This record gives sequence, C-alpha cells and structure tokens, in this order.
Amino acid sequence: MALTKEQIAQRIAQELCDGYYVNLGIGIPTLVANYIPEGMEVILQSENGILGMGPFPYPDEVDADLINAGKQTVTVVQGASYFDSSMSFAMIRGGHVDLTVLGAFEVTDQGDIASWKIPGKMVKGMGGAMDLVASAKNIIVAMQHCSKDGESKLLKECTLPLTGIKCVKRIVSDLAVIDVTENGFKLIERAPGVSVEDIRNATQGRLIVEGNIPEMKF
Amino acid sequence: MNKVVKNAAEAISGVEDGMTLMVGGFGLCGIPENAISALSASGVKGLTCISNNAGIDNFGLGILLQNKQIHKMISSYVGENSEFERQLLHGELEVELIPQGTLAERCRAGGAGIPAFFVPAGAGTEVAEGKEIRMLNGKPHLLETALEADFAFVKAWKGDTLGNLVYRQTANNFNHPMAMAGKITVAEVEELVEAGTLDPNFIHTPGIFVQRIFQGSSYEKRIERVTTRE
Repeated sequence: MALTKEQIAQRIAQELCDGYYVNLGIGIPTLVANYIPEGMEVILQSENGILGMGPFPYPDEVDADLINAGKQTVTVVQGASYFDSSMSFAMIRGGHVDLTVLGAFEVTDQGDIASWKIPGKMVKGMGGAMDLVASAKNIIVAMQHCSKDGESKLLKECTLPLTGIKCVKRIVSDLAVIDVTENGFKLIERAPGVSVEDIRNATQGRLIVEGNIPEMKF
Repeated sequence: MNKVVKNAAEAISGVEDGMTLMVGGFGLCGIPENAISALSASGVKGLTCISNNAGIDNFGLGILLQNKQIHKMISSYVGENSEFERQLLHGELEVELIPQGTLAERCRAGGAGIPAFFVPAGAGTEVAEGKEIRMLNGKPHLLETALEADFAFVKAWKGDTLGNLVYRQTANNFNHPMAMAGKITVAEVEELVEAGTLDPNFIHTPGIFVQRIFQGSSYEKRIERVTTRE
C-alpha cells in the first residue's frame, strides 16, 4: 500500500536526531513536526524569522505578529528567538540548519529538483526554496512518486524549471525511501506491501537495487 | 535633529512618480499600513516596489496595485493576489522574482556598502541567466548586486524620537534590512517614545538608518491564514 501523507511525514521524522535545527517546508513537510519522537529535542526554524517554532495556537492565542513562512499563525516554544530575514538566511546559507525537508514536483537521479514553477500557469515565485536547496547540508524531499496520471516524478532530467541542482540527498515518497548517489537513485526501503518491481516501474531515473530491500517500519 | 513627523502624509513627502520604494513586511505581517494608505491617497504612480510579497487584493501593496500605481514589483513570492495576476497577464505590470534570502541580503548589502556578493541560491536555474558565475568552495555561485531605494517604508513595534527601532515577534522580517537600504527610510511605529526610553541593549535597528519616524494609527494587522488547534 502506498503511504498516506501522514505516513510520509512519520517516516521522515525517523531521520531526525536530538539537537537538530530543522526547516520544514509547506505541505507534507509541515506534518513532520507532529511525529518528533518523545524526549527528542528538535528546534524548528521558520525562514520568516523564528528559531523554536511551536504548534499552531489555541484560538485565544492567535497573534497577527507571529506567523510561519506559510503565513499561518503559530506559537513558539521556550527558548525561541526572533530575527530579521537576512539573519534567517545567514543561518540557512551558512549551513547552520542541519536538515531541510521540502516538497517537489520532480527530482532527478543527479539530485536536481523542480518545485516552484509550472510554465503556462501563474508564476507565484520561488520564495525561500532556492536559498534552502542551494545551501542546506542535508535535504530530504517529501513527494508523491508519480503524478495523478501515473507519470514518474523521479526522472533522468527535470521537465519543469529547476529550483536547484545536485542538492537532494534523500527522497521519501509514498512508495519508497530512495537516496541520491553518484550512480543514481538507490533504493533503501519499500512502503509496506509495495514490491521492488512496483518501485522500478514508477521510477524513470536510474534506480540501483542492491540486496534485500526492507519494508519501512513505523 | 528632528526625525519625528506628524503623520503618514507628511512622512511620504518627496515621493515622486517613477521612484523605487522598499516596503517591509512578510505577507501582511509587519507591513507599513499607514504609509501604504498615504501613498494610495497621494496618487503617485509608476513606482518600482521592492517587497517580499505584493499583499492581497484589497490590503497591503494590493491597494497600490489596484490603483495601478505600481509599474514593477521586485519580490520573492507574489501568489496571493488576483489583481496582480490579471495585470501581469495583460502586460500592465513588470515582475522580477528573486530568491528570498538573496532579496534580503541584497537589501542588507545596499545599506552596508557592499555593492555585490556571491551566493549559491539559483545556480543552475533560470535565476542564473545573465549573471556572473564563479566556482567557490567547489560549488557554483552567482554574483548578486546590492539594492537601494529612494524611500524605504518600514514598520516597527516601538521606536524613539532618534529613530531607534524595536520589532515584535516575526513582524521584523524584511523591515530591518530594508531600513538599512533606503536613501530616506521612513519608520512607522505602534508606540513612539522619547529618546532614552528604550533599552539600548535591545534595539534592533539603530537610529542612524532612520530619517523619518511617526506614530502610526488604526493598525488592522490582518492575518492571511488563521490556523489554530483544538
């Protein structure tokens, strides 16, 4: 069975380590915050100017001056700090953020990513995505393996305008955990009940399968 | 030295057709609401606006867009505005999209006397087109130039009569780097106090960057996406 969005987030949460500073993008990546293991201290960065972002507020705590990068109202945890946008991207560009999780339209077996623009549709802009992918030490992409029409989104070359090149380290899709290596995509884990053949058929880029591929555990 | 002006109308005096303005804020958070209203009322047009976003249809910079006062937007993300989309598709509006961190740093650099700098953001993408590319630390970097503006309009929580500013929570965002980069920086604040009242240990923007300051009024502080838990 292909994973739900929540399960993709849950699997990505297994990549977190105590003491990590993490930037979570909009969509599935935001859900990762719900699965931070008990007792683990992970500090969330929001690029509009928060270290130590907390959960959404209760209705009586909503404050127009306190939002996340998706413009949603949020709270902060104890020990949080606020800062301006150039300071925020100094943290990102300077490699101080340990892990970035973001969504994508397409990725390639070289680690290129397309996530911001679909020609012919309204162009909204790249926001902070290009800064994040160009500088993060570790980038995990949360995405659907195929489009609604069944076309693979794990490709040899992106068909859409690029957000960054040679930057994605790991992909967690609804079908598999896949690493980007020098020789292409490397299959690490399968979603429960999904076969290696299913994943091979859904992957257009070069896929390396070595030995027995375990199922993901939750 | 007198930086204090009476109101927004006085604060925007000298803004002329065709000028380049920086406007602080992230989405609708920390935007200079009073200055935007005054610019709207003034009818000034042909503006180039440097701002992370373009407001929503009837608020923030969306007001100036509806009035067709803006000729060009320089932003990182503009997706929340249908009038913006209409003008763009009809060729009535020019848009330059810049990665958000690069935009912030170009403002900071403008105020800091750094004419250009190299960053990795956008390497290998259409953002790199026409830019000098240099391999540094084994990775391609783009040469980006500083941004300056005839006027920078920023919003702070508290400010004093010497122009020292303190922001509240995430309402700082682009306000501080833009305050640094205006030839004339106009700050509007929720609470204007006498110099000496704010603790010098906790000033975010030192007053040297601010030429005009005024006490704003009637802040709406609209929220784009109210999101709560049970």
